[in-house]
This record gives sequence, C-alpha cells and structure tokens, in this order.
Amino acid sequence: MLHIARLARLGLTEEDVDRLREQLSNILENFEILQQVDTTDVPPTAQSIPLQNVTKDDQTKPSLPQEQILANAPRKDGEYFRVKAVLE
Amino acid sequence: MNEQLTIHEAHGLLKAKKLSSVELTKACLERIKEVEPKLKALVSTTEELAISQAQKADQRIAKGDIGPLTGIPVVLKDVLCTRGIKTTCSSKMLENFIPPYDATAVEKLNDCGAVTVGKANMDEFAMGSSTEHSAFFPTHNPWDLDRVPGGSSGGSAVAVAADECIFSLGSDTGGSIRQPAGFCSVVGMKPTYGRVSRYGLVAFASSLDQIGPLTKDVTDCALVMNAIAGFDNRDSTSVPEPTPDYTKCLNGDLKGLKLGVPKEYFVKGMQPEVEKALKDAIGKLEELGAKVDWEVSLPSTPNALAVYYIIAPSEASANLARYDGVKYGFSYKDTDSMWEAMEKTRQFGFGEEVKRRIMLGTYALSAGYYDAYYLKAQKVRTLIRREFDQAFKKYDALVTPTSPTVPFKIGEKLDDPVQMYLSDVCTLPINIAGVPGISIPAGFSNGLPIGMQFIGKPFGEETILKVAHAYEQATEWHKMRAEI
Repeated sequence: MLHIARLARLGLTEEDVDRLREQLSNILENFEILQQVDTTDVPPTAQSIPLQNVTKDDQTKPSLPQEQILANAPRKDGEYFRVKAVLE
Repeated sequence: MNEQLTIHEAHGLLKAKKLSSVELTKACLERIKEVEPKLKALVSTTEELAISQAQKADQRIAKGDIGPLTGIPVVLKDVLCTRGIKTTCSSKMLENFIPPYDATAVEKLNDCGAVTVGKANMDEFAMGSSTEHSAFFPTHNPWDLDRVPGGSSGGSAVAVAADECIFSLGSDTGGSIRQPAGFCSVVGMKPTYGRVSRYGLVAFASSLDQIGPLTKDVTDCALVMNAIAGFDNRDSTSVPEPTPDYTKCLNGDLKGLKLGVPKEYFVKGMQPEVEKALKDAIGKLEELGAKVDWEVSLPSTPNALAVYYIIAPSEASANLARYDGVKYGFSYKDTDSMWEAMEKTRQFGFGEEVKRRIMLGTYALSAGYYDAYYLKAQKVRTLIRREFDQAFKKYDALVTPTSPTVPFKIGEKLDDPVQMYLSDVCTLPINIAGVPGISIPAGFSNGLPIGMQFIGKPFGEETILKVAHAYEQATEWHKMRAEI
C-alpha cells in the first residue's frame, strides 16, 4: 500500500491506508474473473479507433501569452513558476 | 413557463420573434434561483455572461442570422474548460482554476450563439455514479429529493430535467451521461469515441472519455450533435469522418429495422420493475415495425466491469499525475520539501474516490502486476469489441436497460465502492468498445424514472437516434415533469 502510494506521490493518513487496504482488496477480488478468460493470441486494445500515427502540419502560430499561462500558478516569480528546491 | 421549452420549440419562437433570447435566458435564471436550493445541480451560475450572450444572440436574430442553437440557454458540466470562467471538476484541486481557453465543444456552442447559464456539479473528476463524490455538495434528483441523480454528469441531467436550462453538455467515460439521463428521465447520448473533440475536456480516462448532449427530447439531441460533432486537429483521437445532419434520420420509420436484445444486460440483481418496463418498451418497438431478436448473446459482458475498473483507473492515475501543485490548482505550501509538498497537495486536493482510483490504477500499472491486470484487461477489451462487431453484422442496433435499478437513496452506496460501480454495469461496455449509446425515458416505477439504452455501430449515431425518436414519438414519458 505504502509503496503504491509513494509511486503515485499520494500522501495518505493511517486511517486512509486501513480503509483503502480493505476496499482495494475487495475490488481486486472482483477482477479475478478476468484470469479465467482465454486470451491466447488476442492482441490488446489500447483505444477503439483505427487511427495510427496522427501528425499535424508544422505550422507556426502564436502560443498563449505568458501572463495567461502563469495566471493560475500557485507561486510565481516574475515570468517563472516558483518551485521547491529539487536538490537539497 | 418558457424554461420548459425544448430547443426546437424555443427556436421556433425566437425565429418568429415571439420570444427573445434575453427573456428565455431570464426565465432559466429565475428557475435556477427557485429550484437550486433544493437540487444543487450547479457549481456556478454565470448570470452576467448569460445576459450579455443573450443580448448578442438577439442582435444576431434581429439581422436574420439564426441557427438552431442561437439564443438557447445551456448548462456545461464543470469538466469542460470555459475561458475566463472557473472550471472546478467539482474538486478542491481545481476550486479556483480559471482556464485560459475554451473546450472545442464550448467554442462551437458559442459560435452557434448558445447562452451559458451555469456550470454543472459532478462527481469529482467525473469519477462516480451518483454525484455524491463532488467535493462541494451532492446533487438531488428532482423526482425524489432523497435520491441521487446518477453520475458523474448528475448536475447536467438535473439542470435539464428541472428546466434550469434548455439543454446541457456532459461527459461519459463509463455511463456518466446515459446513467444520469436515465435516472432523471431526460435524453443523453455518448457519441462514438472520436466523434466529438475532447480538446478542453479535463481528462479522466483518455481512451474512454467522450462529450455528449443531455436534452429534453431526441430531436434536441440531434440538434446539439449537429453543433458539437466533427473533426478537430487539436484532438489527435478526433476522427476525420464526415458529420451527417442528425435530424435527417428522425423519420419514425422502423420497418425492417433489426434490433437485438443482449440477454447478459438483464443482470442478476436487476429490479423486476425495471425489467418489466424494458420488456414493455421493447414490445412497443416491435409494434412500431422493428424486428426484435430477444435472444442475442454477448458472452463477454460480465467481464466488462473488471476491464473498465482496471483500464479507467490506470489511465486516470497517469492523467492525474499533472496535479502537482506547481502549474495550477491547489498547492500545499507549508513545507520546504518538494516531495512532501507534492504528496500533501494530492492528499488534501483529491477526494476519497479519486484517491481510490489513483491507487487502483497505479497498482494495475506497477511492475509485476502490469501483465496480470492492465494487459489482461486490454486483451479482454478486444474480445468485448469483437462481440459488438459481430452483433452489428446481424443487427442495426442493440437495446438494453440503461441501469439495473431506479435511482438509489443518497448515501446508500457511498461506503461500498463495488456496489456503486455496479450501477454502471449496463453502460460501461459501450465505452470499452468505443461505440455510441443513447438513453431515453422509458417509464417510471413508483414515480422514479427508468431509462432505455440503444447501442449503435461505430459512427452509427443516426440509427440509434432514429429508433429513439420513433419510440419517443409513440410515448409520453419525455413530456412528464417532476414536481419540485
């Protein structure tokens, strides 16, 4: 549980962990049904439409103005997003 | 009373200058003030914007520039980006988020001259089946205020059912338009995957999400589809197929049309009154000239729930990784550590159901479990799609219940995720296959709505609209209104 929470960068309280452990094992039990399905030689489907390698013409056009991109930033510094120190 | 109009009725009056868009918009805004304290369908009301859009629409109409949606009030699910207007996804994470651009579907409605009156409540990030997972408040079903409206587009369905607007937009990943449409007795369509651009739709599960209309009748559904469908190069999964005029197929002619009833959709635990209403409704379709095969089998159907609850949370866990408290949204600031800030941002910004799905998805994608869960689910997804393809060689459309039950009580399934997930058991196979589906009103049990779902082949929206329209014209369910 804690390993998965860490992978997801999701802080959990001890209560969360207890509750989720029970609920998730319940849900996972319901997934067991798939192990009985014969999928020999069945390719996986990632999406349902027949499009592949969609590309766009390389056209230059203005992007959104910087002030709009920064408008929702929780912390900013001039024209930058402000972040916590990555290296300690 | 103007707020009770359908799109096509209101359009007739606007065109004949018997009604102005400002009058119609004010009628909806008044209605919102009257019923919102009981229903809580909206996260925000956009009164100022609405009046200014309505005035502009009236100017267009005065010049003779009027389309089917010009001057018509709409409510948008709060998962659709609206430029300069808060888009919260009913999450604390995006409580104050103001998008710098419009979703393509919103832009298209604006170009038509539609009038935005509000943004609809939903399950947080569209994860849920009851709108109880909104971080703000639950929405109440107009047919019984103690019951849920369905979800995740519960606010969008209620806003239409209670005449707070003339139509609304929702999004559907596993039934999130159709199930609340069924629970509230309105029309709701999930188009074929790729038919409506997802640009500006806040992502939940990218291979399953589609935007679609919720309306008061099937004609309106076709009119809204005309406005929002079509290729968009800003969505790489948007399909470059020509878009027909969806109103052309509404001719009531079901002679020779082949309908299949997949027996697996009449699941164990289905309420007998729902089953009876459906069988009566399908009988009606036979009377109208459709050839019905009652014994169709799609044997992989019972696997769809597990496939969905592996694939959707997996995609969600990746999509929601963007909420890190840096670029936008809620941000935990009371620490100097980057990792702690990120973990706490997500701990306090996300609600319980969202955390549950992120955990589930992360687990299904993690080393050692990927093959057993995610890859296996993708393979079974192929089998489900193949069964639909086979069925559509024999039948023009399939017909099923929208949900196995009538709307349940608020709180009833909140602590039991598996029970909650089961309420989408009839709708989620359609997203897995990527085919279109529509739910229409098909009766009541003790005053609670029952929905009927039609499923079409890929890009076969016209056929299901045609059948839905023929049934609607032969019945009165769509004209009934809840007393609030």
